[in-house]
Order: sequence, then C-alpha cells, then structure tokens
Amino acid sequence: MPLTRPRIALLILFAAALALPSVAVWIDEPFYVRLGARILVFALAAVSLDLILGFGGMVSFGHAAFVGIGGYVVGILFAHQADGSTLFGFPGTVNGFIVWPLAFLAGALAALPIGAISLRTSGVPFIMITLAFAQMLFYLMTGLKAYGGDDGIALWSRSSFPGALNIADHTTFYYVTLGLLVAVLVLGWRLVNSRFGRVIRGAKDNERRMKALGYPVTRYKLAAFVIAGGLAGLAGALLANATMFVGPQYLHWSRSGDLIVMVVLGGIGTLIGPVLGAASLLLLEEFVPELMDMVHAGTGEHWKIVLGPVLLGLVLFARKGIWGVIAGARR
Amino acid sequence: MTALLRTESLVKRFGGLAATDGLSLAVAEGELHALIGPNGAGKTTLIGQLAGELTPDEGRILFDGRDVTRMPVHKRAQRGLARSFQITSIFPSFSALDNVALAVQAHAGHSFRFWRDAGRDRRLVDPARAVLERVGLGARANTPAEALAHGEKRQLELAMALATGPRLLLLDEPMAGMGPEESARMVDLLKELKGTVTILLVEHDMDAVFALADRITVLVRGKDLASGTPAEIRNDPAVREAYLGDELEAV
Ligand SMILES: Nc1ncnc2c1ncn2[C@@H]1O[C@H](COP(=O)(O)OP(=O)(O)OP(=O)(O)O)[C@@H](O)[C@H]1O
Ligand SMILES: [Mg+2]
Repeated sequence: MPLTRPRIALLILFAAALALPSVAVWIDEPFYVRLGARILVFALAAVSLDLILGFGGMVSFGHAAFVGIGGYVVGILFAHQADGSTLFGFPGTVNGFIVWPLAFLAGALAALPIGAISLRTSGVPFIMITLAFAQMLFYLMTGLKAYGGDDGIALWSRSSFPGALNIADHTTFYYVTLGLLVAVLVLGWRLVNSRFGRVIRGAKDNERRMKALGYPVTRYKLAAFVIAGGLAGLAGALLANATMFVGPQYLHWSRSGDLIVMVVLGGIGTLIGPVLGAASLLLLEEFVPELMDMVHAGTGEHWKIVLGPVLLGLVLFARKGIWGVIAGARR
Repeated sequence: MTALLRTESLVKRFGGLAATDGLSLAVAEGELHALIGPNGAGKTTLIGQLAGELTPDEGRILFDGRDVTRMPVHKRAQRGLARSFQITSIFPSFSALDNVALAVQAHAGHSFRFWRDAGRDRRLVDPARAVLERVGLGARANTPAEALAHGEKRQLELAMALATGPRLLLLDEPMAGMGPEESARMVDLLKELKGTVTILLVEHDMDAVFALADRITVLVRGKDLASGTPAEIRNDPAVREAYLGDELEAV
C-alpha cells in the first residue's frame, strides 16, 4: 500500500489515540483519559450520524434521541438491578454483554418507525419531523418520574463484563471504546463502498434518477436510518458509562445540533471527519471557556460565539472540513 | 401487431391546460417509434406518465399487457421501462463507470449487500464497461460525471438507460444540445440498437427521426395529429400544415 497523505494522517491519528492514556499518566493528568473516552463516544455517535447525513443526504435533526435511548437502556436496567425490582417481569442487569446489544437494538427499533414516517418527506420537512420526534422523546423522558424525570439516573457502577473485562478502570474503558469506534469505522468503510452504500450515496446525488433506474429508494434509506439509529444507541450505552449518568438532556435538540456540528466541522461525507469533529468540539468546549474567563471573567459561558466563525470559515473554505484540509481533499 | 406499450385515452391536465388530451398510442414490440411535435406539445409530459413520475388524470397505460397506470416509477423500471431525461440526470459525484455500474446494479437484483466492495465486483464493473464502450465513452470511464462535456453527459444518460437491460427505452431528446458529430454518432448507435430493444424516441432533429423511425406519431397540443410510417407522415397534409411544413423542406 502506498503511503498517501490520508493514510499517513490516519496512522498518526491512530497512534496518538493508542498512546493517549500512557501520555496522560506520564504527564500526571489522568483526567485526559476520561476526556479522551468522552471524545471517542461522541465520535461514534457522530460517525453514525454521518452515515445518513453525509453519505445518504438525510439531514436528521434528532439523532441525539437515539443516543439518549441507548443511554436510558443502560440507566433503566441499572435502576432495576439496584432496587431489585423487575421490568415487564425481567430483572434489571448491569451485564454489558446484555445491556450494550440491547442499547443498539433499542436505538435501531426506535429509528424504524421514526424513519419510516420521516422519510415520506425530504428537505426541510424531514429536518422538522426528525426534530419533532426527538423532542417528543425528550419530553417523554422528562416525564418518566420512576426514572428520575428531569434529574435522570445516576449510575454508581459501569457495565460489567464478567469473566472478560473490568471497565471500571478508566484506561480499560478508554480502550474498549476505541476498539468499538475502530470496528464501527471499518464496518462503515465497507458499508459505504458496498452495493448498499452505493445506493444510499446515489440517492443523495440524484434520488429521481435512482427511482428511474428501478431502486425502491426509501427502503434503502430506511435501512441506513435504522443502522445509524442502532449505532447511536450503542454510543448512548457508552456515554452512560463514560459519564455514569443518563438524563433527558442527552436527547435535547441542542445535542442533535452538536452532532451535526461535529460532522460538518470534521468533514461531512467522510468517516474520519466526524471523529475529528467530535474531538475538536469537545476540546474547544473544554478549553475555550477557561481561556475566555482568563481574558475577561464571565465571558466563558458564551464560548460558542467562537464556534460560529470557525464553522463558517470551514464551510466556506473547506467543504470537507478538517479532514478535507488534512487529507488534501480536492472537493 | 402486438403492442408492447399502449395508452388508452390518456389525459393529463395542468390547471386548465390539457398537456395530454385523450391520447391513444401503441408502440409495437421491436419498433423504433418516434414522437414528434412542436415545443410544448406534451411529449415530455407523456414520457413522464409512461415512466410513472406523473399520474394521468384519466385513461390507462398498458405495458406488456399489464395495467401500469398507477405503478410506482421503480417498479416500472424493474419491469423493463427505462428512460433517459431531456435534462441530463446523472450522478455528478460518481465516475462515468460508477454511474453505469449503479444502473447495472439496479438490474442485477436487490442491493442489501453491505460488505463487498462494489467497485471491484466484476458482475457490475464488466457489464458497465461494455455499455460505456458501446456509447463511445470507454476512454472516459474514470472521469467524474460532473466533469464530462455536455455531449458526453448525454451519452452517459443513454448508457445508464441501456445498462438496466430494458425492454422499452423512452428517450427524451437524446441529442439535445449535441454537436453535429456527436449527433451523428448517436444516430449510428440508435440504428445499432434498433431491433434489439423497443424504442420510443422524442426528437426534434427531423433528419434523425426520418432516418431512424419505423413509425412516427405527431403530437400537437396533447393530441395525436397523425400516426404512420415516415412516408405517410411526410405526405400527410394536416401534418405539413400544422407542423412539418418548413422543417420537411430540408429533409
Ligand atoms: N409541471 C407542470 N406544471 C404546469 N404545466 C406544465 C408542467 N409540465 C409541463 N407543463 C406544460 O405542459 C405543456 C407540455 O409540456 P411538455 O414539457 O410536455 O412539452 P414538450 O412537448 O416536451 O416540449 P419540448 O419540445 O419543449 O420539450 C406545456 O405547455 C408546459 O408548459
Ligand atoms: Mg420535452
């Protein structure tokens, strides 16, 4: 394989991700491991969004809802385990071998009807309907008094993987998350280049022509929507473990907006782009407010005004975002 | 004569205007049937109804003996109704080869395959390359479709319709905007295709129409003004008066 610019960049990124926990220990900043894990979790969610947004042209403004649902699967089963009660006759559990796949399934299952209805439209109506569904789920979770309502559920322990792993250790959790992200990136790479991937990319380019060629386009778009929902659900399970908390705010529309920003910032229609976008946004969020407060106390909470110009610049000058700049993409 | 495609008293209105006005048309299996008429006669509107993008207000469309009047676009395409668009409709971000490969894939069956690299799938790439060669785009296979010249895009448009292995080709002005050389090549290609696949050809270029068509239908204001062989149409007084007059002097 020739060492092209994108490949070198990928290798460096991967090496940096592998080295992060050791470096954090070395410079005595263990907090960076947790920040790193959070970045990887959001990266996974953003990649799942880009599958439909960047490759399929479906501007879903409710993707955080599926993340939240995955998180609530972990939270709710944890709560039942904690007080020994049952849910539909089943006991609660913190077993990750059960809970994580369930979070995937729940995300996919929720995406099925939402996608089926939303995909009857396209363009702005599609954006509005996905947003409306997500807000409905947000209010539903707010109303779930049995599971903390507004306050959500605090977890005292992470998912367990009996006989395999102990992710209570931050570094182990970090590497598990990294492994899942890499697996999803490889799967995503295969998917977008497969026959299926060509159909959803073709539908983004020219849906009318796809139909004229004989493709039942909506069916394929729905399948992509469901896959993305499942992956977002899995990201939600990881998020619950990263923060030891689930709450309605995970489903809030502003979280969906953040995911879109990550995709656009990093490089829409690429797989690595959303990873870089997630890293950039979370790092900005971590350090820019502090810097602004240092310059002028009290300005930190308005840090997002920095984000606007950055985004605008990228959209205007680098259509494929940060990854486009790094990889030297021509368009 | 067995008609592969038939319309029965088809009507399509846009507000007060009947763009298709009680049209009954038959396209026989194997023939090249030309549809001519002045701008705004309703040719594209008819193609739209045949392909399924427009729903007629009245009447029926029969394809291969089956009523397809309300069948969705993709199902008609699967049954062998392929169209090319008057205004080029391709996949701009795909290469020319991948445009055609996507058409081959549509014909090859379901696309719920998530793992194998479609770009290396010889069952898609080989037939796509063959069709590209056939329309004269072989050398441009790896060029992004959006970077093709106008005439090449028109060739690609036809290649995609061909690659779905159609029984009936609906060609809406395939030569629109082409230079004389490209047009001549397109006429040659259509001559080759003639007989292997049934074709309904909309075209303003009368030289091409009279050189190619087995039968011609003249459409004026959504109505069938005359149908017949090229010789019959050429000598039809109503046609000469309404439409062909000047244009025929040149033929
Ligand atoms: N979507 C539409 N809404 C309203 N009127 C329409 C629509 N599409 C076509 N028309 C009208 O219907 C008539 C027939 O149009 P059509 O495009 O079918 O003509 P055509 O024979 O293909 O013309 P040309 O040779 O210019 O391509 C025209 O008067 C046109 O303005
Ligand atoms: Mg027309």
